[in-house]
Amino acid sequence: MKKTKRLVGVLALVLLGFAVPLRPAPVHADDAVQLPSYFTATNDPAKPAVWPDPTGGASGAWAAPAGDAKGDVPGSLSVSDVYDRVVHNLYSINYVWALVTGFLVMFMQAGFMFVETGLCRAKNAAHTSAMNFMIYPLGCLAFWVYGFALGWGNWWNGPVPPGWYASLGPGLSVLNSGIGIGAATDAAGAATGAFTYGLMGTKGFFLTGAVNDTGVMVLFFFMMVFMDTTATIPTGAMAERWAWKNFCLYGLWVALPYCIYANWLWGGGFLAQGGINWGLGHGAVDFAGSGVVHGMGGIIGLAGAMVIGSRIGKYDSKGHAQALPGHNVPMVVLGTFILAFGWFGFNPGSTLAGTDLRISFVVVNTMLASITGALGSYLALSMKGLKPDPTMMCNGMLAGLVAITAPCAFVNPVGAAIIGAIAGVLVIYSVFFFEARGVDDPCGAISVHGVNGLWGVLSVGIFATGEYGAGWNGVIRDEMVKAYGSDGVRGLLYGDFSQFVMQAIDCAVLAVFAFAMAYVWFKVSDMITPIRVSRETELEGLDGPEMGTIGYPDFQIHPTSQRMAG
Amino acid sequence: MKKIEAIIKPFKLDEVKDALSKAGVQGLTVTEVKGFGRQKGHTELYRGAEYVVEFVPKLKIEIVLDDAKASQIVEAIRTSATSGQIGDGKIFVMPVEEVLRIRTGERGSDAV
Repeated sequence: MKKTKRLVGVLALVLLGFAVPLRPAPVHADDAVQLPSYFTATNDPAKPAVWPDPTGGASGAWAAPAGDAKGDVPGSLSVSDVYDRVVHNLYSINYVWALVTGFLVMFMQAGFMFVETGLCRAKNAAHTSAMNFMIYPLGCLAFWVYGFALGWGNWWNGPVPPGWYASLGPGLSVLNSGIGIGAATDAAGAATGAFTYGLMGTKGFFLTGAVNDTGVMVLFFFMMVFMDTTATIPTGAMAERWAWKNFCLYGLWVALPYCIYANWLWGGGFLAQGGINWGLGHGAVDFAGSGVVHGMGGIIGLAGAMVIGSRIGKYDSKGHAQALPGHNVPMVVLGTFILAFGWFGFNPGSTLAGTDLRISFVVVNTMLASITGALGSYLALSMKGLKPDPTMMCNGMLAGLVAITAPCAFVNPVGAAIIGAIAGVLVIYSVFFFEARGVDDPCGAISVHGVNGLWGVLSVGIFATGEYGAGWNGVIRDEMVKAYGSDGVRGLLYGDFSQFVMQAIDCAVLAVFAFAMAYVWFKVSDMITPIRVSRETELEGLDGPEMGTIGYPDFQIHPTSQRMAG
Repeated sequence: MKKIEAIIKPFKLDEVKDALSKAGVQGLTVTEVKGFGRQKGHTELYRGAEYVVEFVPKLKIEIVLDDAKASQIVEAIRTSATSGQIGDGKIFVMPVEEVLRIRTGERGSDAV
């Protein structure tokens, strides 16, 4: 008992000591401790750090006392033995955190299913829910086959501050092969795998032996559930008329634009390198994916809705928008709550580290933006003289969540509340804007995810306080350290206009790239198998003709009992 | 014998049923129906767009009883189903040729 207490005390001291190197501060040679090789990993692809066993599962021996035959008697342990155990614990905390938050993100699929199906008419309920179901296996298959390799195959190329270590272990250094411009070479003239401008990764197809590492598996799982969020957004914008076969092709394709763009932000690509290459802030910063995940999904949805056209009956002969009410409002509300719950995995999980204590700020910011988003949408509806339509207020909460996703770690709670409130107002005006221009989006997916995804990316460049993210993307500027004490991610309100410029560039790249890729894809795939169901199928409802199963067989459905006023 | 068919607002059913029980009605049939009258339905809002609900949901009550009771029951329905608003419904009274209880074979007033 006494021994245990002493050991805990030693560990606490060691952990306190660790807090210093966790922050990117200059490390002096004289206070360096002999660390296990798998903790002193640096961002040098030429010298990848190694775990003590092939996949890294047994690094450190803390979880298996006496596993290294030294026993756990404190007196018999050297400092580096204790570090060995501490390191194992740090990685364990990070693994569990990333995996459990990833589980929450996976459950968001259910939220999307409820929201999108509830906002559709009863005659399309089986079809809409089936799309939300099938995107999970289709998207995951594509991500496993080629998506992960394109997105994260050169993850180790990502710029990091000195003293940084990979929260999921140095085994991630196997992700070191890609395509880019400006290949770095070592002294002998051999390519190191690093690029000045990374474009995409090329390692990890099928998760074969080349990436046989525990940390890579965590990263794969976490990034896969994120991509599925993107993948299921366009099914909302294109619901009630999308032919099943064309949708299935899309499900296998969506990993392509998603993972390429994700590489540019999160996989060591050129947008993240914008800080070190062009001196623009910390490069493009998108903490949990307002742009990477939601902006991408919303813009693909916009291209899809434009190519597929509006639903029959959505516009009268004069081109005025008509209401085609969704069939289950409580489903929409339930789905919104599931999504808001899942977001508590989405945003704080994106630290990929439970040892990063900023997670508490991330959670609070996420919560505040979601409630101000809902309230903002209520306010906007009131200003337009409308009643508080629950489906619109749900869109408002989701808009706040989408917008806070990029800035969640970098802003303070007041900033988060403002970002969410603006998102809530923006989504209402955006829904009417697209509807008036003939873009038929049954669920508001374009406005929630596309418009507010871009707003979220921009808001980093406005509201980031500079308190967090020192050395982000490898950028430490002397003048910022002199002025503020450290160089965290800082928006224009807090003194770094160049960060805002970089965020705007990121938005432009995302909008152009995602729209162009998706527009071409939908046009091409339409030639392979028609994107839209026949007029008869659409009028009857897609459930029977497309799926062979009616969503509500015990009920008689009267889909044509409403028409537009006037 | 007479048959009374009344189209009423759905939320008035409980009041109408209580009034009919008090007036001695022993059985009735209720059907969910949809329709429109002079107002041609009404408008609703969904995500900011107005639309017309052309067929408004109503309930249809059917009662068969002796001629002598008909006017009293019609009055009971009228007073209990009224809200004073548009769309309170209508009551139809019509003659019934024959009534037959399936289980016993009774006919006429005995079968009601």
